[in-house]
Amino acid sequence: MNSLALVVCSLLYLCLLFGVAYWAENRPQTGRSLVNNPYLYALSISVYCTAWTFYGSVGRAASEGIEYLTAYIGPTVGAPLWWTIQRKIIRICKTQRITSIADFISSRYGKSRLLGVMATVLCVMGAVPYISIQLKAVTTSFAVMTGHSVSGTSASFLSTQALVISLVLALFTILFGTRKLEATERHEGLVTAIAFESVIKLIAFLSIGVFATFFLFNGPADLFTRAAAAPSLARLFTFSSSASTTNWFWYSCLSMMAVLFLPRQFQVAVVENVDEKHLNKAMWLFPLYLFLINLFVLPLMFAGKLMLGPLVDADNYVLSLPLQYGQTNLALLGYIGGFSAATSMIIVETIALSVMISNNVVMPLLVSRPGWLARFDPPSGTPSRRGLVITIRRVTIVGLLLLAYVYYHYVANHFSLVSVGVISFVAVAQFTPAMIGGLFWKRGSRYGAKLGLLMGALIWVYTLIAPSLVTAGLLPDTFISEGPLGLTFLKPYELLGLTGLDPIAHALFWSMFFNIGGYIWGSLNWSQRALDQSQANLFVDVFHFSRTTEQTTPWNGQALTTDLRSLLNTFFGKEATQRALDRYIQRNQLEAGSAYADPRLVAYAEKWLAGAIGTASARILVSSVANEEPLSVDEVIHILKASQELMMVNKKLTRKSAELQQMTQQLSLANERLKQSDEQKDDFVSTVTHEIRTPLTSIRALSEILHDQADMDESMRQEFLSRVIRETERLSRLINQVLDLERYDSGRYHLSTERIAMVDLVAEAVENVAQLARDKQVTLEICPTQAQPFVDGDRDRLMQVLINLLSNAIKFSPADTGHVTVCLTLRDERVNLTVRDNGVGIEPDVQQLIFEKFYQANNQTLRKPKGSGLGLAITKKIIALHYGQITVNSVPGEGAEFTCSLPTCE
Amino acid sequence: MKVLIVDDEPSILLSLEFLMKKEGYRVFIARDGDEAFDIIRQEVPDLLILDVMMARVDGYEVCRFVKQSPDYQHCKVIFLSAKSKEKDIQKGLDLGANLYIPKPFSTRELIAKVNELNILPKI
Repeated sequence: MNSLALVVCSLLYLCLLFGVAYWAENRPQTGRSLVNNPYLYALSISVYCTAWTFYGSVGRAASEGIEYLTAYIGPTVGAPLWWTIQRKIIRICKTQRITSIADFISSRYGKSRLLGVMATVLCVMGAVPYISIQLKAVTTSFAVMTGHSVSGTSASFLSTQALVISLVLALFTILFGTRKLEATERHEGLVTAIAFESVIKLIAFLSIGVFATFFLFNGPADLFTRAAAAPSLARLFTFSSSASTTNWFWYSCLSMMAVLFLPRQFQVAVVENVDEKHLNKAMWLFPLYLFLINLFVLPLMFAGKLMLGPLVDADNYVLSLPLQYGQTNLALLGYIGGFSAATSMIIVETIALSVMISNNVVMPLLVSRPGWLARFDPPSGTPSRRGLVITIRRVTIVGLLLLAYVYYHYVANHFSLVSVGVISFVAVAQFTPAMIGGLFWKRGSRYGAKLGLLMGALIWVYTLIAPSLVTAGLLPDTFISEGPLGLTFLKPYELLGLTGLDPIAHALFWSMFFNIGGYIWGSLNWSQRALDQSQANLFVDVFHFSRTTEQTTPWNGQALTTDLRSLLNTFFGKEATQRALDRYIQRNQLEAGSAYADPRLVAYAEKWLAGAIGTASARILVSSVANEEPLSVDEVIHILKASQELMMVNKKLTRKSAELQQMTQQLSLANERLKQSDEQKDDFVSTVTHEIRTPLTSIRALSEILHDQADMDESMRQEFLSRVIRETERLSRLINQVLDLERYDSGRYHLSTERIAMVDLVAEAVENVAQLARDKQVTLEICPTQAQPFVDGDRDRLMQVLINLLSNAIKFSPADTGHVTVCLTLRDERVNLTVRDNGVGIEPDVQQLIFEKFYQANNQTLRKPKGSGLGLAITKKIIALHYGQITVNSVPGEGAEFTCSLPTCE
Repeated sequence: MKVLIVDDEPSILLSLEFLMKKEGYRVFIARDGDEAFDIIRQEVPDLLILDVMMARVDGYEVCRFVKQSPDYQHCKVIFLSAKSKEKDIQKGLDLGANLYIPKPFSTRELIAKVNELNILPKI
């Protein structure tokens, strides 16, 4: 095929891609965002499938058999883990405005600049070989299509071509990714274009697979039968050796880690993620994509082996097969597919790396040296750093592609696609301990991360990069075969005498061993700074924080609002800064117009800046205006303690005030009761005096008459005198009762208890009142009973009760027809003493009141018949002192029944 | 002159009855308000000596009845009560009682006051 036509085709395709991106970018203004779609998200994640997959899988299968599948089994097996790991990373990146994996690690470990630089360097070192194989794939496929011979040596023509391709792609990437400075580093157009490319490469690969399987052969059955017949191919169906199983394990682990932490994967899966929920679909769509694109790898490999000569590189089977059979258009489709796979990787990878380099290496360097930064300022007007950041990124992109070209030219040319790609994977895998530890282990510290990363990276360089330099002829062969300086235990493929693993598995094992070991050892042996701790909390507990509250490490200093504003102006422009700050101030109801910025505003500004220039740079810049006194651990502890104390004090206060309230309530209640009892006392006193006055009046009147009337007849005189005596008796009785009651009330009365036979007591009491009953012609009766209950009690008091009840009964019974009954019954260890009469009875509404002292008198001016009004009150007290109860049961007009229930003694 | 003495204390009734008879009054006695009403209607006494606290109908009721009915306008009322608080006395006087004498009372004083009361209108 004509090379000019192919160049035109390639450029047209790139233009189409740009068109797609441009269209997608301008769509959100008119309708719903395209990127807000799980399918598009899953397709963009498929940027994982590069030229490695497109050309390299077939090549890998040709040499190693089905081992090529490990690169896809890992991500497939690991996909369910995304829900825990990837989702958490996404959430953290969104809340912290993190834009790359280096930024993530730097931010997690106390916004460490050094870690950011280390991670960036490792990313670049890992990515450059990877980019170089994409260049190689494009260059080689171009050569295959145009019919130029493809040999291992670097002909000058091809080199130039690869260089041109690198520069064109650099230009295109710059157009795609660095047109403006975004605080979130989201590129809708780019993502759409990548998804589009994923579709193209899948269609292309499937088309060629179908062609080979169904047109060159009669379907898969035919193809596999013929392949099995060829003895040289049979071994490719199976595991080659027992060691292979171990390799399978390590390779699968490797790809599982890589799919999470490759810079481009981080870019599309985390940074470009619009909605965490898209992960749900991506978790099965992405493995499905991997399955589909691998479906025809084996058929293509077998077809190539059977139909093409041994001179054809297996990496080129995908294009050579259709070309061999004159299907130029199909081959062109294949070429475009491969071109898609390569360009998508290059574009995303270089953008991710350029952000990383500018935000984690260049900007921190510049912002920490204001003098250097000032050199980039225009001679007049307000300095704008926007242009600076973008320029840095553009230069980085060109630099990266040139670096990749150099690597391609000197090294990658000598290796197959996959073997170089896998080296990159191992580099990226070094992030695993720091990332996973950072997500789930709060103690994971800066020193641990640095140590782990450094050791892992060194092992990686020593066991994989150094040997590749041997193959490229830059180091002597003995480096591999005998170890450096003849030290066999340092042989790069058999470090410390570990044999039986292939170089990749071997490198992965040792690098992970030292990386994880270093991480844990470093974390356990060095304490964290305050900032480290708070960042660790923000990361590990990201799901505990609400989405709305600002998640930042608090600022411990004061920043002038104007300083903060002018700092932001230089990066985002006046208008955008004004808008963003106003919105933030309004939303959080901060005090606008104060000279010093609210700490939250400072934190917000830092985060906003972090989105554009990286966490570490933003930290440096903001602290330059915030005059922060560094937050020491002591201070944090102090603050924590203070807040804890405050909380405790607060709690105490709340409790105290509750207690106080309760006490006030109790006091007012007690006061109420006091008032009541005071009133009662008043009433009692006035009632007692009243009750005393009545007999006193009689005595005075009678005795005055006796004194004044000398001429009274004798019988009259006698009558008067006996009345005086009776009234005196009544008076002393009353006084005794009042005193009694007073003693019971105050609890000063002590019973002199003895064992009392109730039957005897009742008999005695009845005898005492018998005369009273006879006088009134009332029958008095004791119920016959078998029971012989005994009560522990005060004989005199209980007798008083009985007599009181009996005389009341007699008093209220009608004369002549009156009938009073006393009964003793035993129930449940209690003896019930019942006195029943057939008198006037008691109205239901006063049945409880009659036990109150002077109930009669209390009822204003109406006097209830007879008695002092203290009898029942005293009775009730005595019964209560005996742990008993007294109740009344009465139907007015039919009589009353008083029952005393007392506990028996056995 | 007819005097009605209303009280539920027999000793007081006895001594008042003795004193009033000695003074030459025609004495009627009642032990509560109900009995008092009957006697008032039957005998139309010129003087009532009333206790306040009694069963069923109290002394105030009796006084009100007498003072409100045109038939008994000439009838004078003396309260004789153990209720000696200011407000009780005031209540009795407000109802139109001529005297309120707290218990215990001096018999001589009582007689003097009764006589005084009965002489005054004659003058």
